[in-house]
Amino acid sequence: MTRVHVTVDGVQYSDDIEPRMLLVHYLREVVGKVGTVIGCDTSNCGACTVHLDGASVKSCNVLAVQADGHEVTTIEGIAVDGELHPMQQAFHEHHALQCGYCTPGMIMQALDLVRENPTPSEEEIRLGLEGNLCRCTGYQNIVKAVAACASTMETSTTARPERSAAR
Amino acid sequence: MKPGPFVHHAPRTVDEAVAVLAQVGHDGKVLAGGQSLIPVLNMRLASPGHLVDINGVAGLAGVDVDDRWVRVGALVRHAGLERHAGAGAALPLLRQALRNVAHPAIRNRGTTVGSITHADPAGEMPAVAVLTGGVVEAVGPDGRREIAACDFFEGPLETTLADDELVEAVRFGRFPSGTLTAFVESARRSGDYALAGVAVAVEVEDGLVRAARASFVSVTPVPTLLDLGPVLAGTEAAAPVPDELLDLVRAHVDPESDIHAGADYRRMLAAELTRRALAATRSRDEGAA
Repeated sequence: MTRVHVTVDGVQYSDDIEPRMLLVHYLREVVGKVGTVIGCDTSNCGACTVHLDGASVKSCNVLAVQADGHEVTTIEGIAVDGELHPMQQAFHEHHALQCGYCTPGMIMQALDLVRENPTPSEEEIRLGLEGNLCRCTGYQNIVKAVAACASTMETSTTARPERSAAR
Repeated sequence: MKPGPFVHHAPRTVDEAVAVLAQVGHDGKVLAGGQSLIPVLNMRLASPGHLVDINGVAGLAGVDVDDRWVRVGALVRHAGLERHAGAGAALPLLRQALRNVAHPAIRNRGTTVGSITHADPAGEMPAVAVLTGGVVEAVGPDGRREIAACDFFEGPLETTLADDELVEAVRFGRFPSGTLTAFVESARRSGDYALAGVAVAVEVEDGLVRAARASFVSVTPVPTLLDLGPVLAGTEAAAPVPDELLDLVRAHVDPESDIHAGADYRRMLAAELTRRALAATRSRDEGAA
């Protein structure tokens, strides 16, 4: 057993785990973050995508011991005070989920995408999400939601300084 | 638990890592990005008794560019190298190839040096290392040595690296100015292992091809250099690719049949992709240098 100290969604956890435990199993079974789901376990589907120190990773493809001393953000950690994150809101408004199983991973990967590229084209969105599979094949609305969210996030971050400058 | 049990080692220095590797020998495996290794462990295709996790080792995360080389440390993630402005300017082929490596989340974690050391014939970066005349920098109990990329790959997933050696960095060679490059591959789904892929470099002087070469993904057991000079040297760089060149490629590659595609199809595909890659070197929009 190895002692790890991991910050998950802003809360520090210390646990004794086997080195072979995958990050996704640690998150679900030890920390209780069952919002992160297991899809394929072979790094293909992206359902288990979380952020490790701010960058997206497939958590079935990282050992929990590798998160020791690092910060993990899951789908459960992006809403603030019960208010959905703009990306979650956009998925809601654009009906970007059917069965919903791929949604946590899609949203975490979409956030990585807009962090890198705040104004993605449709093609860039599709490329950015290529590692996340939706077996309901509901990609059309997922792409719409990400595009809509990117444009509102872009507006809200650029609008503020302009307003203060006007004053 | 998906992987079998192993002892997790977390060395802080290169010397410590090498000492552990020397101690555990063939039962040890280096863990860097883990984006090929962890799926292999999850599927229990391998169950090494010791993982030497180098993520905490200092001094391995740098990218250095000089007149001759782009040197990439063992902990540089694909995404970091893809975004590195200096490396992108010095050797555009890096970015052209990296955007084909798996998916964005995999590129956030996987390392370029790890991909080369893994020596999968379907890997993009081994082919790039060979095409650029790259050098693998290894360190072992007896000190440091350099291995030319063309001597590094022995077979699928096999290299000339010893069990007790760690790859500290890979140097990619820069091309002479006036060299145009492109990387093209074809996969069933974007981000999957390529059915075939090719990296090309064409040196052009006064509109004429001075030298040209290619290396391949998924259609040769190890990445090897194909000199395209016998067909292309002295021809106009903007001229259509001659059929002889396609014959040259078809004779060079040695693909295997599998569930995804037959050997004949892959051979045809490798030739067609080479034609497209050469065409792409002439169009900056297509990602040429």
